[in-house]
Parts: sequence; C-alpha cells; structure tokens
Amino acid sequence: MSVSALVPPLAQGDFFTDRSAGAGNSCVAGDGLCPKWMVDNFDQYTGPLVRHAELTIVAVAIGFVIAFALALIAERRRWLVGPVTQFSAILYTIPTLAAFFLLLPITGRGFVTAQVALVAYTLLILFRGVRTGLDGVPPETVDAARGVGLTEQQLMWQVKLPLALPQIIAALRVASSTTVGLATLAFFAGAGGLGGKIYDDLTFKSNVVLASLLCVLLAVVLEIALVLVQRALTPWTRAVNA
Amino acid sequence: MTLATELVPHLPVASLIGDALEFLVKEQRSIDGTPIGGPSQLWGLTRTHLELSGAVLLLASFLAIPLGLALGHTRKGELVAIAASNVGRAVPSLALIALFVAFLGTGFLNVTLALVLLAIPPILTSTYVGVAAVDPEVVDAARGQGLTETQIVRQVELPLALSSIFGGLRTSAVNVVATATIAPLAGVLTLGDPIIATSVYGDAGRLGASILVALLAVLTEVGFAAAQRAATPAGLRTSRRSWRRSPAPTILTTTNPPRSTS
Repeated sequence: MSVSALVPPLAQGDFFTDRSAGAGNSCVAGDGLCPKWMVDNFDQYTGPLVRHAELTIVAVAIGFVIAFALALIAERRRWLVGPVTQFSAILYTIPTLAAFFLLLPITGRGFVTAQVALVAYTLLILFRGVRTGLDGVPPETVDAARGVGLTEQQLMWQVKLPLALPQIIAALRVASSTTVGLATLAFFAGAGGLGGKIYDDLTFKSNVVLASLLCVLLAVVLEIALVLVQRALTPWTRAVNA
Repeated sequence: MTLATELVPHLPVASLIGDALEFLVKEQRSIDGTPIGGPSQLWGLTRTHLELSGAVLLLASFLAIPLGLALGHTRKGELVAIAASNVGRAVPSLALIALFVAFLGTGFLNVTLALVLLAIPPILTSTYVGVAAVDPEVVDAARGQGLTETQIVRQVELPLALSSIFGGLRTSAVNVVATATIAPLAGVLTLGDPIIATSVYGDAGRLGASILVALLAVLTEVGFAAAQRAATPAGLRTSRRSWRRSPAPTILTTTNPPRSTS
C-alpha cells in the first residue's frame, strides 16, 4: 500500500517537487538516493529553507520578548512564576498539529496561525531559562551592588542580566532548535517551510534526505550563531578561562 | 440539525466546533459514502494511538534507563548523555518518520522504531542527570557499609534518581503522543488520520480529532506528573514548590551540565 493512497496530498502547488529533470534516470525513478539529483535540484529547496528560517527566527524572537517581559515582571511579583510556568507547560503539551487546527477557525490558514502556535511553544523554555538565570545570581552579588548604590533598574540591567546571560542563551538555543523541528509541520497550517518538501515526496530518498539535512543544518547554524552572540556579550568569561 | 448547531446557528466558528463535537459522538458518511466519525471509529484510532505510544515508551525505557544508570554510576560518558539530547532535538520528528518511510517503508514496526529514537534522548539524559546528581558522600557511605556496586545502583542511586527519570519519561511520553499524530504518514492509523486526511473526514473531523489529540496529550502530561510525584521518595518531596526544584531535562544543554557536589 503506497503512502499517497493513504494520504491525499494537500492542494499546495508551492511544494511540488519537479522530478521531470531526472526522467530516464534509473536512480531518480527508483526513489533512490541520488547525489547528482540533489545538487542539480538544490534550488527547489532554497525557498522553503528561507521560509523555514523566517518561521523559526520570528517565532523565537516574539516568544523571547514575551517570556523576557514576563520573567522581569515576575522578579518583583514572585507569585507569578507558578501560574506562568504551569500555563506555558499546558501550551507546550498540546501537539503541534492539533494546535494548528484548533487555531484554524480563529486565525485561518497561513503564517499567523503557524506563528501563534510556534511562539506558544517557546514560552515555557524561554521563561524558565530567564528565571533560572536570574534566580542563579548569588545574593551576595546583589547585596554588594545595592551597597555601592545601584538602583533596582541598574541592578537588573548591569548586574543580574549579564550574570544570567549564559542561562538565557542556553534557553534560546533549546528554543531555536526545538522550533526548527516544530516548524517542519507548519505547512499543515499553510505556512510553508521545509516540512512541505518532505511531505511532498515521502518515498523519494533524495528528497527526504536533502530536506531533513537542511533542517538539521539550520538548527546547527542557529545554535552556533547564538553561541557566538554569547561570546560577544560575555567577554569576561573568556578572560577567566585564558 | 443537531442540538449543538441549533444552539449556535449564527456563529461560523461556534457551528464548526458544534460539527466537530458531533463528529466525535455520532457516526456520519463522508462524501464518498464511507462511514466516518463516531465513538467506535474514534476509539479504534485512539487505541492504535495508545498502543503505538505505549510500545515506544516501553522499548525506549528498556534501552535508555539501564544505559543512563550505567553512565551515571561510573560518571563516564557525560558527553554522550548530553549530546544525545542535543542531537535528538535537532532532528525534526517529521524528518525522522520520513527517513524511516523512505528507507524502510511503512508499518507499525517502522514507526515504532522511529519514535523510539525520538523517545530515548530525554529518558537517557534525565536518568544520567538523576544518578550523577546523587551526593557522592551518600554513595561513599553505602560503599563503606559493604554494598556491592550493583546494590548501590539498585538500592541507593535508582531510588534517588527516580523522580528525575520520571521527569524524562514524562517529556518523552508527551512528545511521543504528540508525534504519533503524524504516524498515518507511515501507514499507522492513529488519531492523526482525521487531521491529515481532510478530504475524507472534512473540517469537522479535523477539528474534532485535534480536540481529542490535545486532550490525550494533556492527560498524558497530568498522568505522568502524578506518577513523578508518587515516585519521588517522601524525604525529597517539596510539596508545593516541586516544580521549581525539578527543571525539565529538556532544558539541559552543554552549557549547564550536571555538576557533582564534590
């Protein structure tokens, strides 16, 4: 029983993988793993790859703004930590596919629907990351900063946040690679991405391998970028190590 | 006209929700006449969903917990345990299932194996972290009392790590239940089938199944959270504040490896 018989394809022309270029090629006809086909047809994948990166970066950025703001508010209002964590944990639990279609009657198909769901998934990771970082600042350091006369605002931006930065970046790394994975399902919400390419030709090894590799590559590149950001923002950690 | 649609006749959103709920409770005909929806079909799909998830979790536990215990006890292979969770996160579940379909074909066994790969990292990492976090002095004391290494693992480290292990199981279980939704792509008809095959089930079926899957995932989370609390030794329980003490193992990265207290 072939997969396509079980699962009717979505009516989405933009994912159509053109295999006609490989007509007469036994490797392509046999659903094989064909390096030449992958190189020749790479341009079919650049659009979805860029879209996938957009989906991920926008979702993590919006999620970070929300989670960061909530974490700062919770610095003064401690009681917020429990409810926010529990609420975002429930959001985190809802399967991506279900979330897209639960949103469908409200936000319709497209980028917005995918973003709402993807942002919701980053909240738990990012909120917890920022809180862990802020909670890890030693009380003596805070006391000393207050002792030399820093205001609460200066204390937060000049002492606590720089010290919390490694935890915050760690959470951003987890959030970005998780979002790359979840965004492979965004095409179900009509938002495109590499998942559409994978789904388009599930039995063609070259297609699946190339699209999957690009996903992993995107996740790795984003993680490396975040590590570089961390290095740039925390020069003192390198001075100690050297 | 059903009761649900009569009550809310003017709101398109509400009537779609009404149709979705009707799909769940009453069998209907699709456009080409095949019976769809209703308790008996949905129960069948739910059962496959649960069977698949259960098989995956059992198999993943049998592989990951002993390995995690061994690595944690010897405090070796920290890199393996941590790298497993990082690599596991970077491979999208859709890609994993697609790779299995493309190379091994469809079917229950292949989907199970693909999902096992997905389920292992959180369990392995949380087991490792749980065991490695046991106070070395406690282990020393046990050794001083003449316990063998096996006894230390089974009677000291395993009970103390149990809460962390259940945390990993919980993460994996929720992941697996969520990912089992795309199993129909590989020929295993789970609750994801009405979601993916819209042309057969229609929008109401899609929304109805989405509601069911979301409920199933939340129930899994709640159930495993209760199991985690029950598995925590009484002395380690922090009642109301337990959520603050047990960071989810998924958040672990190479930048915050577990540290021993020595």
